Amino acid sequence: MTPQPHHDSRPSDRNFRLAIVLAIATGLGTGVLTARQVLAATAAPAAVTIDNFTFGPANLTVPAGTTVTWTNRDDIPHSVVATDKAFRSAALDTNDSYSFTFRTAGTFAYFCGLHPHMTGKVTVTP
Amino acid sequence: MTRKPPDADDEKFTRRHALECMVWAGTGVLWTMSGGVPVARGLLGEAKAATETGFSFLQMSDSHIGFNKAANPDALATLREAVAKVKALAVKPSYIIHTGDITHLSKSSEFDNADQVFGETGLRVHYVPGEHDIIDEARGQAYLDRYGKGSKGAGWYSFDDHGVHFIGLVNVVDLKSGGLGNLGAEQLAWLADDLRDKSSSTPIVVFAHIPLYVLYEQWGWGTEDGTRALALLKRFGSVTVLNGHIHQLAQKVEGNMTFHTALSTAFPQPAPGSAPSPGPMVVPSEKLRSMLGLSSVTVRQTGTPLAIVDSTLDR
Repeated sequence: MTPQPHHDSRPSDRNFRLAIVLAIATGLGTGVLTARQVLAATAAPAAVTIDNFTFGPANLTVPAGTTVTWTNRDDIPHSVVATDKAFRSAALDTNDSYSFTFRTAGTFAYFCGLHPHMTGKVTVTP
Repeated sequence: MTRKPPDADDEKFTRRHALECMVWAGTGVLWTMSGGVPVARGLLGEAKAATETGFSFLQMSDSHIGFNKAANPDALATLREAVAKVKALAVKPSYIIHTGDITHLSKSSEFDNADQVFGETGLRVHYVPGEHDIIDEARGQAYLDRYGKGSKGAGWYSFDDHGVHFIGLVNVVDLKSGGLGNLGAEQLAWLADDLRDKSSSTPIVVFAHIPLYVLYEQWGWGTEDGTRALALLKRFGSVTVLNGHIHQLAQKVEGNMTFHTALSTAFPQPAPGSAPSPGPMVVPSEKLRSMLGLSSVTVRQTGTPLAIVDSTLDR
């Protein structure tokens, strides 16, 4: 863009500047929107490990679109079952993993289907 | 004793600890009931004497076929050792009651291996499922296809033998978040109906995988609605409740009810609260067989007392 000389604005100049400002603003807006969409689709994955019959972290907060992976590190199988039945893993043997992508905001309580005293929660932010 | 909680300063010698110590020493203990109080009568020889006048059956539990981790690299081999002991018994028991966790992961190959080894006993096995037996894709269908014939719901049933009424319950299905073992309304209604016509003098033997009373809530060792089942059993003069799941001996007497959990044939688990979790307990390999075993239950023709003898694999 050629720099405009500093002088009193004529009507045509003012219109031109307004157009530029609008263009930049729109461009920025679009850029931000696009970045958000990209972020949602590729939100950093999150991990929950199972050690000593405990989900860690027991309370996890992630943005919508996050894929959460549970990995069982015990010598006993465990499973991951949503209290509202939204998701359910198979039994996970030692070092087996299960992943679920949380696309909508909300609070998702879950437990181990074999040892139901084991509970956890994923809070999904918009 | 390696299983003592690290923070337990008091040397209180509870009955369970006494029982554990005796079993770890490799002795068999004969428990008889006298006025509702269990009395240790002696060793295995006396159990045999009791058998001659009554009938006996075995309780085996928690075979976990397929388990191959540090606590026992070959759970099939230790089951084979237990079965060898069964085959060598001088007095043949009537059958085996298996209180669940036949397999570790509900795989067909695991059930096949268990069936083959138990088959060598030549004895009928009455099963109830553990939570490890219903984790196939169809969530329990593999178990029911093999062992569910003649059972109701998730696999509960009853039968009569030598004047004793036997009831197999399932408390590992449809578990609720934050909860314990679960029998459910349908099974409890069936139990009430099953007991309705039974005289209060009928000796009752109930068997299920998870203990019916709350043994240690923090580890989920208990059954949420177990007290409802026990309330239905209260009027009976002799009730023996056999469970597995916790891979160690625990005995409790309440009125006319005796609760007994059997050893596993696969791996031991820690005493309540003595470890960060109830997971498999790794012990020196030379010690493992003193912590695995089976129980023999003798029913006398004359009266209500049932004698339970626990024996380990190292003797």
